[in-house]
Amino acid sequence: MTYTTAATPSAYAGSPRRGPVTRLLEDERWLAMTLLLPTVALLGLFIAYPFIEGVRLAVTDTKVGVPGHFVGLQNFEKIWNDDIFRVAVQNTCVYTFVATVFKLALGLWLALLLNHNFKGKAYTRAFILLPFIIPTVLSTLAWKWMFDPTFSVINWMLFRLGLIHGRINWLGDPNLALISVIIVDIWRGLPFYAISLLAGLQTISPELHEAAAIDGARAWQRFRHITWPLLLPVTLVIVLFSVIQTFAGFQLIYVLTGGGPANATQVFATYAYQIGIGTGLLSEGATISLAVFPVLLLVVIVQLLYIRRVETH
Amino acid sequence: MARIHRRRFLKLSGAGAITASAGGGLAGVLASGRAPAYAQATSVHYLRWSDFVPASDKLLKEKIAPQCEKDLGIKLNIEMVNANDLQARITSAIQSGSGPDIIYAIGNWPQLYADSVADLSDVAAAIGEAQGGFYDVSRLVATVGGKWIGMPWNIGGGLLTYRKSWFEEIGYSGGKFPQTWEEYREAGKKLKAKGRPFGQTLGHTFGDAPSFWYPYLWSWGGKEVEGDGKTVAINSKEMVESVKFAVGWWKDACDEGGLAWDDSSNNRAYLAGTISCTNNGASIYLEAKKKPESYLTEKGAPLWQDTLHAPLPKGAGGQFALPFPSTNMLMGYSKNQKPAKDVLRWITSKEVYGQWFTSQQGYSDGATKDWEKDPVWNVDPVLLPFRDIPSKGRLAGYAGPPGRASAEAITKYIMVDMYAKAVQGMAAEEAVKWAHDELVKIYS
Repeated sequence: MTYTTAATPSAYAGSPRRGPVTRLLEDERWLAMTLLLPTVALLGLFIAYPFIEGVRLAVTDTKVGVPGHFVGLQNFEKIWNDDIFRVAVQNTCVYTFVATVFKLALGLWLALLLNHNFKGKAYTRAFILLPFIIPTVLSTLAWKWMFDPTFSVINWMLFRLGLIHGRINWLGDPNLALISVIIVDIWRGLPFYAISLLAGLQTISPELHEAAAIDGARAWQRFRHITWPLLLPVTLVIVLFSVIQTFAGFQLIYVLTGGGPANATQVFATYAYQIGIGTGLLSEGATISLAVFPVLLLVVIVQLLYIRRVETH
Repeated sequence: MARIHRRRFLKLSGAGAITASAGGGLAGVLASGRAPAYAQATSVHYLRWSDFVPASDKLLKEKIAPQCEKDLGIKLNIEMVNANDLQARITSAIQSGSGPDIIYAIGNWPQLYADSVADLSDVAAAIGEAQGGFYDVSRLVATVGGKWIGMPWNIGGGLLTYRKSWFEEIGYSGGKFPQTWEEYREAGKKLKAKGRPFGQTLGHTFGDAPSFWYPYLWSWGGKEVEGDGKTVAINSKEMVESVKFAVGWWKDACDEGGLAWDDSSNNRAYLAGTISCTNNGASIYLEAKKKPESYLTEKGAPLWQDTLHAPLPKGAGGQFALPFPSTNMLMGYSKNQKPAKDVLRWITSKEVYGQWFTSQQGYSDGATKDWEKDPVWNVDPVLLPFRDIPSKGRLAGYAGPPGRASAEAITKYIMVDMYAKAVQGMAAEEAVKWAHDELVKIYS
C-alpha cells in the first residue's frame, strides 16, 4: 500500500483552488477584520446609530412628525433652567448611589454565605436568582400592591407585630417614595451582585485561605487581605454595569410611581419619556436622555482606570 | 413507508412554488403560503386602547369587525393596547412612517400629531351634520384652523361616585348631595371621622388626577392662561385660596394615601368599602353591578345598589368637568387612505356606532349631540348624570386652545403637582408661584 504526499507545502503552493479571497484571508490582519465585521456592524446599528441619532435630535427642535432645524445648545439651556430636570438629576444620583451601595454590601454578604457548603446549596442559589429572572414589570406590580396605602401587606404585618399604629404611606410620602423605589431596586439588583460575586469568590484558591489560617489569620483578616483584594477587579466590573443600569433605570419607577408624587421620584429616564413621548417634544426628550451621558462617561472612565491600576498591581 | 430524500423534497417543493406563482390551483396556493391576489380583501389596521368596558371591545372584535368585512369588503384588524402604551406606539409609527392605519387618540393628542395625520373634514362634516353636531370639546381637539385632523369618537369623563347610605347617615337623604365645596368638605369631615374618608388621587396618573383637579381649579375661577393662549394667568388670589382650601379638605376629608394612587387605586378602595366617595368614570359602578355577589356593603347588600353619581361641587367660578374626548386619527403615512376613510365613515354611522354606544351602557357620551337622546340613558338612572359631562366640560389649557403647550402642562402634571406640593407642606403662595413659573416656561 502506498501513501501519497498530498500534505507537503509544495502541493499547497501549486494548488489551482487558492483564489484571491483565500490569499487575502491568509493575511491575519484581513482575517481579523473580517471576523470582527459582524460585531462592528451590530454595534454600529444598535449602539452607535441610536447614540448619534440622539445627539442629532438634541441639537434640533424636532417634534413628533415635524422635522427639526438646528438650534445648537438651546435644548440644553432649557433643561438647565428646568426645575423638574434638576429634581430628576438629584433623584437619579441619590437613587443610584444608595441602591448601589446597598446592593454591593448585601450582595457581597450573600455571596460569602452562599460560598459555604450547606445542604440545599444548589436550590438556594437558584431561588436567589428569582427577583432577577421575573420580568421587572411583573415583580414591580407586586411591589406596588405591597406598597398600596390601603391594602399594603407590609403595613398589615407591621401593624400586627405592634410596630406601627397608623398606615405608612410608602409611595405617597415624598421622602418615603424615593426610599421605597430604592428598596425595590435593591431587591431586584441583589441577585446579580450575589451571583457575580459568588463566581468571583470561587476563583479564589482555597489554599490561600488555608495557608493564612495556618499562619493564624482570623476570618476578618483573611477577608481583608485575601478575599477582598482578589475580588476587587470583579467587583468593580459588576459595580460599573450596575451603575449604568440603575442610572438609566426606567420601568421600575414608571410602574411604581410614574415619577410622582409631585416629582418626588422623577429620574432621568421617566422625565425623558414624559417629555419625549408624552408631549411629543422628541428633541427635548433626547436632550434629557443625553444629559446622562457625561456623568456615565466619567463614571466609566474613572472605574476603568481604577480596574487597570488594580490589575497592574 | 416511502422515504423522500432531501434533494427530492426540495425539487418537489420548488416545483410547487413555481406552479403557484404561475397561478396554479390549490396546491400552488398551499405551496406559496399566500392567498391569490384577487381573493385578498383590503385590510385596515386600527389601534385602540383596551376599553374600561370590556363588552365594548368584545363587540368591536367579534361583531363589528366581521360586519365591516361583509359590508365594505374591508378586513378590519383591531388591535387593543393599554392606554399608557398608546403614545409610545403613535410616536414610533409616525417617526418610522409605518404602522396602524387608524389610531385612537385620547384628549388633545390629535393636536400633538396634527402634521402627521390625514384631513378628515369631509367625513366629519357629514357625520356631524347627520348626528346633531359635535360637542365643542370634541371639535376643539380634532380641528386645526377649521380642518378636521381626526374623527371624534366619544367623550369620557369623571363624576363623584358615592355611597348613598353613608351620605344619608350624615343628612343627605333622598339623593341629595353637597352642592358647594364647603358643604362637600363638611360632609367629608363627618365621614372621615367615621372611618369613611373620600378618596382622591394626587399622583402622576393620567385619568383621575387631572379629571378632578382641573375642574376644581376652574370652579374657583382659576385658569392656566388667558384666551390668547400665551399669557399665563395661574398666579391669582383665587388660585391661592383654592390651594389653601384643598390642603384643609385633604386633611379633613380625604384618605391621605391618595398622594400615590393611580387610576385603579380608588376603584379598589371604593369596591373594598374603605372610601365613601371618589371622582371616577362609571367603571366602579359597572364593575359592582357586574359582580353583585362579590361587592357587598357592610350590611351584605349589593354595593351597586348603594352607589350613586354626582357632579363635582360648585365654586365661585362655576361648576365644571374635564371631559376626555377621544378621536380616531387616520395616519398620514397610511397607504390605505381611501379604505381607512371608508371604515371611519362606516363605523361612526348611526347604525354601527349605535351598537358600540349601547354596549357602553352609559360609561361614555357620544361625540355628537344626538346621542344625548339615545334610549341607553333610560336604562339605568344611576348613570344618567354622565350624559351631561360634555356640556359642563372645559379642556386642559383653558382659556387658551388645547394645543401642544397645554398637552405639555398636563403631561408634566403641573396643576396636579401644584396641589400635591401644598398638601405635602409647601406654602400655598409658593406652590402657585411654582406652577406659574413652570407654565411660563411651557407657554413662552
